[in-house]
Amino acid sequence: MALNRRDFLKMSAAGVGGALCANNAQAVQREPKKLPPEAVGMLYDSTLCIGCKACMSACKEANGMPPEQTGETDIMWDTPIELSGKTLNVIKVYRDEAEPGTTQVSLEKDQAQNGFAFMKRHCLHCVDPSCVSACPVSAMVKDPLTGIVEHHANRCIGCRYCVYSCPFGVPKYELNEAFGQIQKCQFCAHLQAKGQLPACCDVCPTGATLFGKVEDLKKEAEQRLAKQPGERYVFPRGILGGDRPPHEAAIPKYNQDLYGDNELGGTQILYMAGVTFDKLGLPTNVPDFGYPTISEGIQHMLYKWMIAPAVLLTGLAYVVHRNTKKSHEAEDESGEGGES
Amino acid sequence: MSEHAALGGKILTKPFMFFAVLFMIALAFLAVRFIFGLGAVTNLSDGYPWGIWIVIDVMVGTAFGCAGYAVALLVYVLNKGQYHPLVRSAVLAGLFGYMLGGMAVMIDLGRYWQFYTLMWPGFIHLNSVMLEVAWCVMAYIGVLMVEFAPAVLERFGLKNVQQKLSKVMFLVIAVGILLPTMHQSSLGTMAVVAGNQISALWQTQLLPPLFLISALLMGYAIVPFESLLASMGLSRPLETDLLAKLTKVMLVVTGFYLVLRFGDLLMRGALGLAFVGDLDSIMFWIENALFVIPILLLAKQSNRNHPRLIFLSAVSLLLAGSIYRINTYIVGYHPVAGGTWHYFPSVGEIMVTVGIFSLEVMLYLLVVKTLPVLHRAST
Repeated sequence: MALNRRDFLKMSAAGVGGALCANNAQAVQREPKKLPPEAVGMLYDSTLCIGCKACMSACKEANGMPPEQTGETDIMWDTPIELSGKTLNVIKVYRDEAEPGTTQVSLEKDQAQNGFAFMKRHCLHCVDPSCVSACPVSAMVKDPLTGIVEHHANRCIGCRYCVYSCPFGVPKYELNEAFGQIQKCQFCAHLQAKGQLPACCDVCPTGATLFGKVEDLKKEAEQRLAKQPGERYVFPRGILGGDRPPHEAAIPKYNQDLYGDNELGGTQILYMAGVTFDKLGLPTNVPDFGYPTISEGIQHMLYKWMIAPAVLLTGLAYVVHRNTKKSHEAEDESGEGGES
Repeated sequence: MSEHAALGGKILTKPFMFFAVLFMIALAFLAVRFIFGLGAVTNLSDGYPWGIWIVIDVMVGTAFGCAGYAVALLVYVLNKGQYHPLVRSAVLAGLFGYMLGGMAVMIDLGRYWQFYTLMWPGFIHLNSVMLEVAWCVMAYIGVLMVEFAPAVLERFGLKNVQQKLSKVMFLVIAVGILLPTMHQSSLGTMAVVAGNQISALWQTQLLPPLFLISALLMGYAIVPFESLLASMGLSRPLETDLLAKLTKVMLVVTGFYLVLRFGDLLMRGALGLAFVGDLDSIMFWIENALFVIPILLLAKQSNRNHPRLIFLSAVSLLLAGSIYRINTYIVGYHPVAGGTWHYFPSVGEIMVTVGIFSLEVMLYLLVVKTLPVLHRAST
């Protein structure tokens, strides 16, 4: 009998191991999430960005965030260099100098060598977000219609699993507060509810940061990528299809790729640039499905309807009952009630 | 007469006072943490949101606490009755490991006062791996308390309750085996969602079984570790025969673990990363060397009766499992913001961890002296 039980255990262990062992991610993956029906998003065109940081300033004002000073302390203005508990949106710059440290006047915009390029960092509002999957208390939720990934501090327990899991390094926790909270871009959901644009899209003077429906923005991006460098193009400002005056300029030399189209299952913030995206700090060596498809796939395989745990418990209860019965009888005879 | 007995003796001994001082130091750091925030005491950053309070205090701490689980599996499922004398002290080790792991969670949670949302029907997120872990751990602490209850009931002569309890104990034991199977594997699943932010040396879909088996190993290793320390510190006779048999179980499980671990690395083609020569690869070899050492030490049957070799093997396994967890969650974790973030625990973080383990030792000494936990010396 003991042998049979051991065989049973071996077999079930081998079964679980075998199912997981299949190196093919499909084996345990759940269905990837789809873009919500009215998904709103942003198209950031690095080639149009002039690095004025008006979006950073507008973001702080719209969201009531404090200024942040990094490095030298005697400077008098807001100088964040990275996303943090005080900064939800940051403009960064990629720079490649032939001789680092020397002041070159000939750095070329949107060029990988001897050049520079701007980058706007904040939440990408993933189609299949890791933070939402990770959060145990639904403090991170994705709006079923607009797809905005919102955070509700009044539920959050501060475990920082969202910070740990985000593939873009976006959510930040206020580590230096006794009663801190998670901070991240929520695409100005509070302004959108009033029919306004997200603050950064609203103030962008060049249309580098453009608001719109994700599907429309993707078409706009495809149009730009299809043009020849040097061709004249009318770039919209603020909101795609709005009535703000656009500006006309030459199509730059694009890196022929739209980031967010399918990276990690797709994002609602889309990026286009003159340099490759790895230079702008976006993870490029990533699958075209979100990581939650695997982690939730494993969980669903093991815990679907709690069938496997229930079966295991029944088996365990039966075996333990059998194995303790004998010692009970022995103990009862000797007048003992052990913990067996 | 019960087969277990309280040791008796003075409680406020010198070692006890030493651990009490360490615990007081931890309390001072904790006061700073609760007044000024996590950043005032820890080296946590926007890039490394999890440090040793999660990975050592909770993940390693509860794996140490798998003693009760590992021994119960042996005694009640595989029907190896001869290990029965080890059950009570193993359950006690589990109870402390898990209770203090739970305490560490409350210290590390940024918004601990909203802990109740983990049980609030409108808020709970059933797809979250962490929710499953939290529920399982909470339930398991309760189960361990019931499993340990006979020692308390025996002490106060409540035979009636004890007999009633023993009628349903089989069910409690079964649940007590199911729950760690679930959450110790899920502690591995929790890393899966971090994707390629964790080096391919550790990131795999086999994280759940690898975490589960290594937790079992650490649970088995804690038994000789504790037993030999108790025999030295509390001058008790050694249970060498029993431990020698247990080491055989340890060896088999370690072998199985290593086959799975390296089989997975080879199948995924990730083993090349182990020869890059960076910190990841160095830590990878330290971790796995510590898993191999017990096999080298105890492969010869005659070696399995040497208390010193058994002890060294147990320590090696405990370190191996600990470093495996630290490597998976911290060393192998390279946040996407890249390059600019570093993490090494601060003095405050280390002292709080030391303080929590000190509390565990103090509670252990207190309980084995006042309650019938340790097997009655067979002289």
